[in-house]
Order: sequence, then structure tokens, then C-alpha cells
Amino acid sequence: MTSETLLTVKNLAVSFTTSKGPINAVRGVSFDLGRERLGIVGESGSGKSQTGRAILGLTASNGTITADEMQFRDVDLRNLSPRQWRKVRGARISMIMQDPKYSLNPVMTIGDQIIEAYREHHKVGTKEATHRAIEMLEAVKIRDPQRVFKSYPHEVSGGMGQRVMIAMMLIPDPELLIADEPTSALDVTVQLQVMAILDDLVRERGMALIFISHDLHLVSSFCDRVLVMYQGHVVEEIRASELDLAKHPYTRGLLNCLPKMDGNHDDLPVLQRQASWAEG
Amino acid sequence: MSTVTPAKRGGRKRARLLSGPGGSILRVVSSVIITFFGLLLVTFLIGRILPIDPVIAAVGDHASEAIYNRVREEMGLNLPLWKQFFVYVNNVLHGDFGKSILTSQPVLNDIARVFPATLELATLGTIIGVILGVPTGVLAAVHKGKWPDHLVRIFGLVGYSVPIFWLGLMGLLVFYMKLDWVAGPGRVDAFYADFIEPTTGLMLVDTLLDGDIDLFWNAVSHIILPASLLAYFSLAYIARMTRSFMLEQLSQEYILAARVKGLSEFRIIWRHALGNVMVPLVTVIALSYANLLEGSVLTETIFAWPGLGLYITNSLLNADMNAVLGGTVVVGAVFIGVNMLSDLLYRLLDPRARR
Repeated sequence: MTSETLLTVKNLAVSFTTSKGPINAVRGVSFDLGRERLGIVGESGSGKSQTGRAILGLTASNGTITADEMQFRDVDLRNLSPRQWRKVRGARISMIMQDPKYSLNPVMTIGDQIIEAYREHHKVGTKEATHRAIEMLEAVKIRDPQRVFKSYPHEVSGGMGQRVMIAMMLIPDPELLIADEPTSALDVTVQLQVMAILDDLVRERGMALIFISHDLHLVSSFCDRVLVMYQGHVVEEIRASELDLAKHPYTRGLLNCLPKMDGNHDDLPVLQRQASWAEG
Repeated sequence: MSTVTPAKRGGRKRARLLSGPGGSILRVVSSVIITFFGLLLVTFLIGRILPIDPVIAAVGDHASEAIYNRVREEMGLNLPLWKQFFVYVNNVLHGDFGKSILTSQPVLNDIARVFPATLELATLGTIIGVILGVPTGVLAAVHKGKWPDHLVRIFGLVGYSVPIFWLGLMGLLVFYMKLDWVAGPGRVDAFYADFIEPTTGLMLVDTLLDGDIDLFWNAVSHIILPASLLAYFSLAYIARMTRSFMLEQLSQEYILAARVKGLSEFRIIWRHALGNVMVPLVTVIALSYANLLEGSVLTETIFAWPGLGLYITNSLLNADMNAVLGGTVVVGAVFIGVNMLSDLLYRLLDPRARR
């Protein structure tokens, strides 16, 4: 999309040691990311979320990350100290998670949580930070930002909570945003509103976006490029506009499972898996 | 909505704090009254069921039958049971728990004398237990499976399994006899005991009210060993509960979100996770405090501490039923009070409980 490369990932692998032996969640994922919107699609357990977390160094403590290359602009993400990670997280790479019901701290006010995200990376007073936070709440189209600012997470709806989450994660102005199933916990009617707000902000601020979802349709309408993951591998990489031309049988299978308005009304086909797909 | 003034908001918040989820202050008060009434009924019945004849306890077993019958009538024991209960409740509501046979003082006076001693010891013990126990539990959770965790576990295990009278005696032997760091049994040195004006009954407070700093430090050096000992037991429990609450919170999504924001581990643990841990922990601390407020008989015996536990036990061994029942009612009332307090704190700490 653009000549400038923001993030390069080469041969990323994430594995977990469990009592039942090692689990390889991500097995050799490679991609380049410019200032564009990249979708990662796959079913649950395909390793798409773990790919996102590995980029932020937030793999669970029983997991190990290996990669031939993981370069974010001038930063090598492979061996950062905790202190260096804290400079990257929030300020340069941020993430929106699935369900605001669980990803917001229930005993802190929304305002405090947003202010905290801002002040961690900007040396400003409470007043200035409050002002910025209210502005940010307005930017995610919350009608009564003053009230929401003082509310606790349980006092707002799911769609509102996810907008708060977007405000909180975008307030330090990161260069890359990872959105991990940002609308999966929301009502269908609210999903598109939240996606539209997110899309606007990403465009306005010229951020790069990694949009992780199981929803092929949603991803293809909001992204430039799509990676299709299956059992820890990328099985296909394709431009969103050319999704209909997908070659890999897994992608084709997924596409065939989507109902079409003008198509015939026979039963939708069931995805027939083949063992060979798992060996990218 | 946005036109609500700050003053109004604060007022509403306070009103919400007093009214529980789906309830009102009236509901809290009525539930306290019912609980207290039930408590009186149970203590009354225990008093009547116990195979102790209060008349014999009063007149001795050599008294003639005439005297026995007269005293029995004076005590109201010839009345039907429900009438006796009515008289008992009426008396209690007027602050009359009867006279103690042992001290020949009204039971209420006795309790007013012994309860502050226990209150002082239990409060200090709980404060030390919380100040040390919570960070210990947090440390164990954060370093789960590593040596700080094991150390805390062993330390806690000793707290549970070693009898308190042995630890108390060892403490006295080491810190009083050998090292001479602290004072021995009693609340202050016997020499000072008569100089203190018992305004509140709490030595640490009374000596300060008198403005006598020497006496205050003397009282401190007496209380510190038994208080630390009680603290050790509540600490072991509080630390274990803190650890498990903390582990539960650290695996929550909002902790991951806090990490994504780039916050320091210190802030994530002590602000985000602990803020949520405090909600269930308040109940644990309150119960442990209430347990100490019952008075620990063994600790009070070893340290010659004239507290509630010692008083009730002595009364029981001497068949002094008025004192036993009075003490039991006080213990029950303390439990009700502490529970109400923890309910209130719970609402303060958890915004979800305020509605």
C-alpha cells in the first residue's frame, strides 16, 4: 500500500508448555505491514489472537515467542526489557480487546482509566489530561462525555464500553492499533457503529490497523489486505477487494459458507477440512 | 442529565451508599433488630438448658430448702419459661444483665471493664495483621511458585499449626526474659496501674489523654507482644486469602488491558488488582477481627490480660451464668456490628454494590 514499512514479522512462532505437553499456537507467521489496514481471519484456536499479543510482548508467562525478525520501525521487538516494552505499549502500539465488560477495571471510573492511559506517556497535569480525555470521549461519539467520564464501567452499555475502550487505547496516539475481535461481544446493530467510529479514527490519525476477527465479511469490508490463518499458519494472503479470487481451499470453503442475497437457497455447504492445510 | 450540579451528585451518592442493593436503611435496621432478638433467644435457651443450677451457684449446696426456694423465687425461676424470657429481654434492653456471682458487680460494669482490654488487643492485632498480611499475600501471588511464595506458605503454616500458648510462652521467654525488648504480662507495669484514669478503658488512649508519654510507652511495650502474636494468626489467614484473591484478579482481562496501556507492574498490582482484591478481602478481615474481639482465652491467660475471653471462661468455670450470658450477648452484638461495618465498606469499595 505504501512504501513505508511499519512492522516486519518473519517466521513468528508462539508455543505454550502445558501439563499435557507443548502447544504450538502460532507456527511460522510472516508478514509486512505498512500504514494500512490488515485483517487477520481465522477460526478460534487458529493463532490469530496470539499473533496480536506476541507483537505486544503480552504472551502468557508459560508461552515462548521466537521469530527470525520482529521489527517495529526502529525497535526490535524480540528482546526488549520490561522498561523498553512500557515505552512501546500504549504509546506506539496499542490493542483493543473483545469484551469491555471484562477489559475495563470495574472499580475505577472510566475517566480515571482514560487519564491514566494518557498520563503514562505524557507528562501533563490532571486538568490537562481530563480535558484531553473528555475530547477523546467526544471523538468516539459519546453524547454525554461529562457523565460517562464520571461513570463506572458497569453503568454503561456494551457498545458504549467499547467506545470507551477505543478512546482509552487511542488517547496516547499510537502508530499501530491491534483490534482483537473488537465487536464480537456486541449486538449486531451496535457492531457497525463501533466499527465505523474505529475506522474513522484510524483514517484520521493515519494509524496502521491489525484487525483480528473470525468474521470474514466484516474484515473484508474494513481492511485493505487479509491474512487467513489456519492452525497457526497463514494459509493465504489476499487483497480484500480480490477475496472472491481466493485460491486456498480453506478460504474458498469459508466463503462458500456465507449466505448470499441473490444466490440460490439450498443448504449452505459444510467446510470439509483436509489435514494438509495444517502443514503450511 | 448533564445539568445535575456537583452538590446534588454527591448527595445522591451518599444516599445510595446508605441504601443497600434493593433495600433501605430501614431494612438494615430491622435485620439487625431481628438478628439481635434471635441472639437473645438462643443465649437465653442455652442458659436454661445448661445443667447448672443458678440457685445452687448463688446459695451454695448447704443451704436449707426454704432459702433455696426463696432465692429461686427471687430469681424468677418459678415463672413459666416464656415469662422468664420476657423478663430477660426487658432487663437486657435496660442494660441489666444481672449481677455476677463471682465479682458481685453488675455484669454490665464487669464487661465495660474487660471489653476495652480485648478491644485494644484485637484492634492492634488486626492492624498489624492487615499491614503485614496483605503485602505478604500480594508478594506470594506475584511470585507464585517461586521462593517468596514458598516462604510465605511455610510462614503461614507455622501460624496455623503451632499452638498459641507455646508461641506465647516462647515469645515471653525470648523477648521479655532473654532480650528484654518488651515488658511482661499485664497491661502496664503493676507500679503504674493505679495512676491511670480509665476514661475509655483503652490504655493506649487513656495514657495519651492523661498526657503521660512514659506511661504510654510502658503500655505499648506490654501490648506489643500479645498483639503481634494475635496478628500472626490473622496474618497467616489474611495473607493466604489475599494470595488467592490476587491470583484470580491477575488473570482478568482488565489486567491485560492495563499492561497494553504501558503501565508499570507496580501500578497494575497495587492500584488495579488490589483495588479489586480489597472488595472480597474486607469481609475476610472483618471476620478475622470479630474472631479476635471474642477474646482469645489462651493469649489472655498467658499474658495476664484482663479481657473478655478470660472473663467469660472464668465465669463459666464458676457457674456464673449471668456473666456468661452477658458476655455471650456482647460477643454476638460485636459480630453484628462488625458485619454491618464490613457491609458498608464493601459498598464503599465496590461501585457495583452501590446501586
